[in-house]
Amino acid sequence: MEKPPVDSYQDNAWVRLTQSKWFVYILISPLFLVLFAYVVYPFYQTFIQSFTGDDALSHYKKFFSLASPANLEALWTSLYISIISVICCAIVGVTMAFLLERYDFPGRRLLAILVLVPMALPPLVGVLSFTFLYGDSGIFPRALQHLFGLDQVPFSLNGIMGVIVVHTFTMYTYFYLTASAAIKGLDPSLEEAATSLGAGRIRVWTKVILPMLTPSIVASALLVFMISMASYTAPLMFGVERTMTMQIYLSRTNGNLEMAATQSMILSFVSITFLIIMRWYQNRRNYQNLSKGISVHRSEVSSKGMKILATIASFVGTLILILPILVLILISFSVDGAWKTQILPTDYTIDHYIALFTDERTWRPIWNSIQMGVVATLGNILFGVAAAYAMVRLNFKGKTLLDILIMVPWALPGTVVAVNLIAAFSTENIFAFNQVLIGTFWILPLAYFIRHLPLVFRSTSASLVQLDQSIEEAARSLGATWLYTFRRIVIPLTFTGILAGTLLALVQSLGEFVASILIYSSSTIPLSVAIFQKLYAFKFGTACAYGVLQICLILIVLIISEKLSKGSAGSAI
Amino acid sequence: MKSVKIENVSKQFGQVHGVKDLNLTIKAGEFFTFLGPSGCGKTTTLRMIAGFYYPTEGKVLFDDRDVTLLQPNKRNIGMVFQNYALFPHMTVDENIAFGLQVRKLSKTEITQKVDRIRGLVHLEQYGRRKINELSGGQQQRVALARALVIEPDILLLDEPLSNLDAKLREETRIEIKRIQTELGVTTIYVTHDQMEAMAMSDRIMVMEQGIIKQIGTPQEIYNRPLNRFVADFIGETNLIEATIESINGDDIQAKTVNGLNFIGRKQHSSPTLTHMIGDKVFISIRPESVNLGPGENKLIGKISFVEFTGISVNYIVDFTEFSLKVMIINTNGQLKQIGEDITLHIAQDSLYFLGE
Repeated sequence: MEKPPVDSYQDNAWVRLTQSKWFVYILISPLFLVLFAYVVYPFYQTFIQSFTGDDALSHYKKFFSLASPANLEALWTSLYISIISVICCAIVGVTMAFLLERYDFPGRRLLAILVLVPMALPPLVGVLSFTFLYGDSGIFPRALQHLFGLDQVPFSLNGIMGVIVVHTFTMYTYFYLTASAAIKGLDPSLEEAATSLGAGRIRVWTKVILPMLTPSIVASALLVFMISMASYTAPLMFGVERTMTMQIYLSRTNGNLEMAATQSMILSFVSITFLIIMRWYQNRRNYQNLSKGISVHRSEVSSKGMKILATIASFVGTLILILPILVLILISFSVDGAWKTQILPTDYTIDHYIALFTDERTWRPIWNSIQMGVVATLGNILFGVAAAYAMVRLNFKGKTLLDILIMVPWALPGTVVAVNLIAAFSTENIFAFNQVLIGTFWILPLAYFIRHLPLVFRSTSASLVQLDQSIEEAARSLGATWLYTFRRIVIPLTFTGILAGTLLALVQSLGEFVASILIYSSSTIPLSVAIFQKLYAFKFGTACAYGVLQICLILIVLIISEKLSKGSAGSAI
Repeated sequence: MKSVKIENVSKQFGQVHGVKDLNLTIKAGEFFTFLGPSGCGKTTTLRMIAGFYYPTEGKVLFDDRDVTLLQPNKRNIGMVFQNYALFPHMTVDENIAFGLQVRKLSKTEITQKVDRIRGLVHLEQYGRRKINELSGGQQQRVALARALVIEPDILLLDEPLSNLDAKLREETRIEIKRIQTELGVTTIYVTHDQMEAMAMSDRIMVMEQGIIKQIGTPQEIYNRPLNRFVADFIGETNLIEATIESINGDDIQAKTVNGLNFIGRKQHSSPTLTHMIGDKVFISIRPESVNLGPGENKLIGKISFVEFTGISVNYIVDFTEFSLKVMIINTNGQLKQIGEDITLHIAQDSLYFLGE
């Protein structure tokens, strides 16, 4: 049957459009629009703000002026803390990796599990438990004081020292993970070969092992440095005001938005520089896996003295790793206000946990965080899956730009993201549908969305790359439309990747503190800010109960992800 | 069952030509093979027929319908991919049923058709198996069943046997041919294996660097190649450069640079050859057409290589300006040694003359 000519003309016009080489840009334009509106534009607004004033450069001049060196001091302190943090994390992380991968000693299995505990601690909760344990009025210093009958506590964690210790505890895992992966891939026969050629222990280390580990160590060092520069919670809790993030926070709370913008710009500059170096380094580094069938054999600790020493050391290590969680659980059962100068809380109750789910005022922040986290995560899924598909399957100019724009918000400190959002959305604006977003429910989901942009994107594109394109073509050849193929083939086959990223984004949103503290609205207080407030109202019990809840959520997610990755490995061809 | 017509089709990838100015008609029900070395444009052509690429220029027609820009899902084609591209998250039956579900057939109809086609490819017991529980050959048959169950107008096979081991490849080759004959579906087969192409095809198109070198039946391609590329690519042959000395009625006499004379028949030459005295030609001599002992076109050379394969004895025999690959059917005779002289002759009917 002949088709009417008009219809076929329209058909043809649509076909011509979809077949045109410009059509792909229509498809990807929403992605770029989102990135422009919520990443580039806020950043640009901060940039503009940092140059407003009588003299365009006045704020920068002030920042670098030697007359009031607070800012320069802050920059220096941030750099100094970051460098020390990198060194400490490297030592702890790499040593742990070697001990656990290469030696067998009593308690190794338990330690190997607990070594990742710091990853399950949300930043605020981690710092919180450290202050309870080792702070000025912490359990350990007080116990020692009582034990030896001293007038004051013999030691305590505070100031820069405290920040570095907390950084080491929470960030050594980055070194541990990359180093242990590298050690697993390190063929022991290389060491044996070096030894057989007459090299001593030290020479084997310096000439063979360390050079092989260098790429993973450098990559982790850059990452830890970036995260340390962005660290906000630890300086806040240990009262170190002269760091970049704290200065931004103080400028903002003092109402000096231009100075906050200037400080943000300078901190962003450092962060983005490190991001670029990191990407460059990752692309450059090559994995030389020449050996096949690596069989790692663990050396057993044999001598009796060493055995006892190793046992004690692994016991202490286990204790250090598990104490922060134990102390949180302990205090979460304590009666608020009853714990004053005693070593441990004296009165216990389960009221806090009951209140979590029954008391409207206590439940509220949890519900707020769930709502805001879910909204942000939905956004992340939508954007992340679309961007990943575009990145992996479509051919267009500007891929690198897309990649960078997605990565940048992740590299930016949360504090900076918050300042950018304040600069962009405290007035009505087209990207907020002519609303003022600051002070509303929507600002925090937006902040979470931006901060966690790469999570779903990364995990989805990783599983998309694995998916052979001919599988999609097969479905198309069998008559399936693009949408049907996407639903029945692409989504099911990348599901684990999407879910892994989604869960991670959700958990991060539920615990987000750094950006939240700067822009939350009092009608929708998130969980992390509530913990902070309870802490300052000396309601330690409630604060810790919140913290335990967060840890439980994270553990559930970690377990699900673990299960998923195992399940998918079983069903892959 | 439809015919496929390709009119003046070119495909460019950036600056690179995938295929150039292709014209081709594939008859309904025909088993047609695209043959050529990798990068010759055969897969590109197939993907334009499937709709995964759109031609830069030209038209693709199914029967008389222009499908040049039609989306692949609207073409009613069945395609078997080199790596099978089975859906790893579905069972054998779910894979086969996919195309039927897209076509919104009723459940009972789907079950019926799936069962029937599963029988056709001998996978009766495997309906509930997961894809990763099948061997390579079984996966191959699932892919074939999935493509056939939708009763496609055209069946496209993209090097479907290249992932199988030698024995399985032969079995599957016969199987595919049997099913194709049974169903009578127009089939386009892409391969770089000339044995496969010869054994299965009604007609073959030989391609090189995006250009058609020859289209014809296996016999035509093998016995009457149009040019050096086809003669060399299909089967083994010796190509000897010579100049036409004289033409006596049906006989052509050609002479090599060093003065060796060959006499052959005019009708045993490429139709593109003009047959002028003094023209440069290539003489194609198949190794199996060389015989031991004296006779027509007698040659004496020195053996430089001997290989005993059971069915035959293969020699390489050196002459001053060329070497000849020779294949003698093994009849329990004495093997000659390297360095020995050997007398050979080639029947005048076995010579074939070609241009460039």
